[in-house]
Amino acid sequence: MDILGIPIQALMGQLMLGIVNGSFYAVLSLGLAIIFGVLKIVNFAHGAFFMVGAFTAFLLAQYMGANYWMTLLLAPLLVALFGMAFEFLFLRRLYGLDPIYGLLLTFSLVLVLEGGFRVAFGSSGQPFATPELLRGTINLGFMILPLYRGFVIVAALVLCLATWYVIERTSLGANLRAATERSELTQAFGVNVPRLITLTYGVGVGLAAFAGVLAAPIFHVNPAMGSSLVIIIFAVVVIGGLGSIMGAIVTGLGLGVVEGFTRVFYSEFSSTIVFLVMVLVLLLRPAGLFGREEG
Amino acid sequence: MRSLSATLLALGLLALLAVPFFPELVYSIFIMKTLCFVLFACAFNLLLGHTGILSFGHAAFFGTGAYVTGLLVKYYGVPTELGILAGGLVAAALGAIIGALAIRRSGIYLAMITLALSQLVFFFFLQAPFTGAEDGLQRIPRGTFLGIVDLRNDTALYYVVLGIVAVGLWLVWRTVNSPFGHVLRAIREHEPRAISLGYPVARYKVLVFTISAGLSGIAGALKAIVFQLAALYDAHWHTSGDVILMTLMGGMSTVFGPAVGAALVSALNHYLDPFGAWVTVITGLVFMTCVLTFRQGVVGQLNQLLRSRRLSAPDAKVDARPRTNHQ
Repeated sequence: MDILGIPIQALMGQLMLGIVNGSFYAVLSLGLAIIFGVLKIVNFAHGAFFMVGAFTAFLLAQYMGANYWMTLLLAPLLVALFGMAFEFLFLRRLYGLDPIYGLLLTFSLVLVLEGGFRVAFGSSGQPFATPELLRGTINLGFMILPLYRGFVIVAALVLCLATWYVIERTSLGANLRAATERSELTQAFGVNVPRLITLTYGVGVGLAAFAGVLAAPIFHVNPAMGSSLVIIIFAVVVIGGLGSIMGAIVTGLGLGVVEGFTRVFYSEFSSTIVFLVMVLVLLLRPAGLFGREEG
Repeated sequence: MRSLSATLLALGLLALLAVPFFPELVYSIFIMKTLCFVLFACAFNLLLGHTGILSFGHAAFFGTGAYVTGLLVKYYGVPTELGILAGGLVAAALGAIIGALAIRRSGIYLAMITLALSQLVFFFFLQAPFTGAEDGLQRIPRGTFLGIVDLRNDTALYYVVLGIVAVGLWLVWRTVNSPFGHVLRAIREHEPRAISLGYPVARYKVLVFTISAGLSGIAGALKAIVFQLAALYDAHWHTSGDVILMTLMGGMSTVFGPAVGAALVSALNHYLDPFGAWVTVITGLVFMTCVLTFRQGVVGQLNQLLRSRRLSAPDAKVDARPRTNHQ
């Protein structure tokens, strides 16, 4: 069976790859949106934390003999702790200044982290085994799905929805949203806003690291795996707007799918399609699909 | 203070003119590379320091200048000086397009947009059939300048590069100290007020984007001629980060601070080169230190120091009024 001259198996394969990439985009832009909401800082180091997450999982597996499920739990926690320390020690000093300084500080962290891992491990990739349980494929009738990819999609979606639930439906989330809107007033009500900020940064960074662990068996673990990704995430965020959590998730997934289809029909544009969509959105709806006009 | 900076400028110019006479002391290729970055950083600062716009994609213009000049000189036999000019013009045109798109948002969104668009340009140079992909465009002939000066001679090339960079810097200085430059600072300080005063702010922003991109393109073109190579790295986001660091380190509230920053970063890269990937780590740490504790930069800090000494001097009454300093 063919669609537009493309075998349906190939089409579905690329679509699947698109959804997998889209899941990563969704988790990463979600973290970026949460951090931006509370800290008003665009975390350039988001891709670097993604990479550090993958490396932490690799190191835990290599030297501590941790199995995949333990790394999936431990690596994001460790990276989140590191991120919180970074926020507490350095990022905190820049609040109240022009937000570009936050962007620049996190950018400098990218250089340190990427350079550091390149010094330690070289530029080439480290292989990371797919967990035993998730090897093999299942036949969905219209396509053959590698089990691990299916798991990535489900895990990413569950994580996104859980995060959305915590922010929109719990009292912790309510505090967080209050701090986003009026941080001083929230503090006056007795909420420890500085601690909430540190925690938020930790959660955002932990999400990035979680995505990194998920990505480790699919891509090779290498120091540059985060930096090209973070630029795509920036475009996703410009397209979707940083204002809404759901917007970040939907835009991320959607652009992954668009990218998958582009790979089938115009493969030479597959690495740039997200940027072209961004140009289109800027021309037609400059505030972003889900965005409010910034002040 | 004005006389002090004039003296410093004259001394610096003298030192630069003397470079080719002391080949055992300084390596003239290294100085030429630094000069390219000096022009690049000062042009970049038209946006960051003087208009308050952070572009995270200036490597696109630097790289475009390099590639356009390289292609024209290598494959079409265009004279070198026209090639460099064309590189600057194409980069300026690209700057007008990217600027017009980017200023539809402001602040950090603008930074992210310029970064994404420069990545688009980067992929173009990576994938286009005529740019040599990862290897870059190699063996660009240096040719002659105006048909008389043979640029294969490093000393002749040095003076040509120095001359072009000097003209470029003069243009930057002229732009900053023109009525146009004053409007740019008004936009930086209070954009809504500039709009309410009737200035077509969007047009001003696109124009300064264009000027900045064009001069960055000239800087990239010169680098391509000096090294006979248009490298993919010139268009990479690392280069965009480098130019921000140079500007921040030198002092973005000054006109020629970025030049000092460019010299410092260029020296850092040059002398740390043997340490491989450590360069990135150290650059990152320096960057971090600048953002956290040294946001005025070397020249900005120096200016402040001189000013406060002036104010504490007994006869300070004469010149005690605060003034913005832009030399």
